[in-house]
Amino acid sequence: MHGVGRMVMRRGAQLIPVMIIATFVVFALVFLMPGDPAATLAGDFATEERIMEIRALYGFDQPFIVQYGRWLWNALHFDLGQSLFSNEEVSTLILMRLPHTLLLVFYALILGAITGIPLGILAATRQGTRLDKAITSLASLGVAVPNFWLGIILVSAFALDWRIFPATGAVSIFEDPIQAIYYATLPAVALSTNVTAVLTRQVRSALLEVLSAQYIRTLRAKGLRPQAVLWRHGLRNIAATILTVAGLQFNLLFSSAVIVESVYAVPGVGSLISYSALNKDFPVVQGVALVLVVLVIAVNLLVDVFNSILDPRVAAST
Amino acid sequence: MTDLDANPKSMAGSGAGASAPSAPKPEGFSFWRWMRRDTRAALALTYLAILVVAAILAPLLAPYSPTEQNVMNMLAEPSAEHWLGTDDLGRDTLSRLMYGAGNALYAASLAVGVAVLIGVPVGVFIGFVGGWIDEAMSRVIDAVLAFPPIVLAVAITGALGIGLTNAMLAVGFAFAPYLARTMRAQTLVVKGALYVDAAVGFGASRFHLIRKHILPNAIQPVIVEVTLLLAVALLAEAGLSFLSLGVQAPEASWGGMLARAYSYIEIAPAQMYAPGFAILFTALAFNALGESIRVLLDPTVKKI
Repeated sequence: MHGVGRMVMRRGAQLIPVMIIATFVVFALVFLMPGDPAATLAGDFATEERIMEIRALYGFDQPFIVQYGRWLWNALHFDLGQSLFSNEEVSTLILMRLPHTLLLVFYALILGAITGIPLGILAATRQGTRLDKAITSLASLGVAVPNFWLGIILVSAFALDWRIFPATGAVSIFEDPIQAIYYATLPAVALSTNVTAVLTRQVRSALLEVLSAQYIRTLRAKGLRPQAVLWRHGLRNIAATILTVAGLQFNLLFSSAVIVESVYAVPGVGSLISYSALNKDFPVVQGVALVLVVLVIAVNLLVDVFNSILDPRVAAST
Repeated sequence: MTDLDANPKSMAGSGAGASAPSAPKPEGFSFWRWMRRDTRAALALTYLAILVVAAILAPLLAPYSPTEQNVMNMLAEPSAEHWLGTDDLGRDTLSRLMYGAGNALYAASLAVGVAVLIGVPVGVFIGFVGGWIDEAMSRVIDAVLAFPPIVLAVAITGALGIGLTNAMLAVGFAFAPYLARTMRAQTLVVKGALYVDAAVGFGASRFHLIRKHILPNAIQPVIVEVTLLLAVALLAEAGLSFLSLGVQAPEASWGGMLARAYSYIEIAPAQMYAPGFAILFTALAFNALGESIRVLLDPTVKKI
């Protein structure tokens, strides 16, 4: 565990500059606005007073680096400003909506894992057969299908035609977990195809690589049963691959959630950021982008930690 | 789709006649031989060629104007006059699909073009100079990669202003670090090669090194990645237009068509298929082409 602890420290130290740059990117978005950002933020019919107010709120009258420092300091204290539309605290808005998005993302991740990993193993152990080709083609389809279109098709089939699942909406997981999962099922399925496809491909190629290694050949020559080779040696060695791929998918699932949440009218942060971008509610847009990028960086760190626990060589090499 | 199956064979057939008399050249590249051997690439390229032609000639080929409304014929079923039916404003779906192809291809090329223009020079530069510049820029790349791409694209579009071009500039910016990372890694590999040491020994300038040695060698994986990114950019455009952050009404886009079809899904469920399949097939074609180019450039990947 000593190696793991040191590795966490080192990775953590590496992530600090990444975190600072990422927050800076979020902050600097304001400067992409054409013209006077304060006037843009205030909206089309704003009074001069309101513009001044926003200028002071953002600190546009101060030097660049001071503005960033102040914004970051406030963000560290969960003060992300106020929505220009509802005058609600941005942090409150995000906290209310984040659980919906996280439920969808983790649900999709689990669905993707329980389909993608077995499919990848199946394809690798039957390499070159028709089954392998069918699974590989399915994976190609899973990467190319637009998630929101799949979402629409699922609504049409499972909600409107067969009435098995609700068409849209969401239930808070804190109020009624069973209903929450029931409501989240269709959107999670729509989101999961990418995870399934990528895991299938990666598990297949990683397993093929492991199974063609010298020591596996030795084990087979010794007369170890193929099943034992696969389960005891093959799968153990691809655990790190699975974890890494799942970590990367976490990031992309937030991407897809932005659009899929709109299809299912899920009140998550994905629909919040697209709605706010359309309505020029910029503090909310920045807040969501900030929270999500911090989450992704934190998950990447967690994946590294788990990987080093699973495989001591990872900890030793970093 | 039947005409798609037939075309590559005839194309490959004429190609076979043209290249047959020449002696086998292992290092020479013949496009027609590639097409003949790789059915997947032939199919993908044929589909994309048809799409490009349909997009360019849309004003000539489309049976109706993409914005011409007809309140007497809304949400019509497919018929002889309207092969794919009409939308909620009575506009011809096939015509909108053809005009939408132009927007989709423009959007994907613009986004990937921006990603190449930023990512490739940055990757080569930091890989070449190394040191603290490389270290610092690599952290910037890590930071931008940590953003969910669509989230970053939505945020940038929100700042720049809603519209297809801004949205695709944003997507391109979000993709740039992927290319920069690949290009940097490739540059490091080439830089370490013996023949580059030799060139330095002969007094080659930095510019000469980058242009003559590093770029040609490092560009191959980038070509593959660019082709695959076209599919991702296409899906991003469809998604952003679905959210009305991309192509603006009344202009036609596949994502926007899906948004309208979804609103009227209970009255005219059939309207959701044509734009969806258009997006799916185009993304599949870019992906298939990317995979085929990968195999073409590096025959060893076939084994895995």
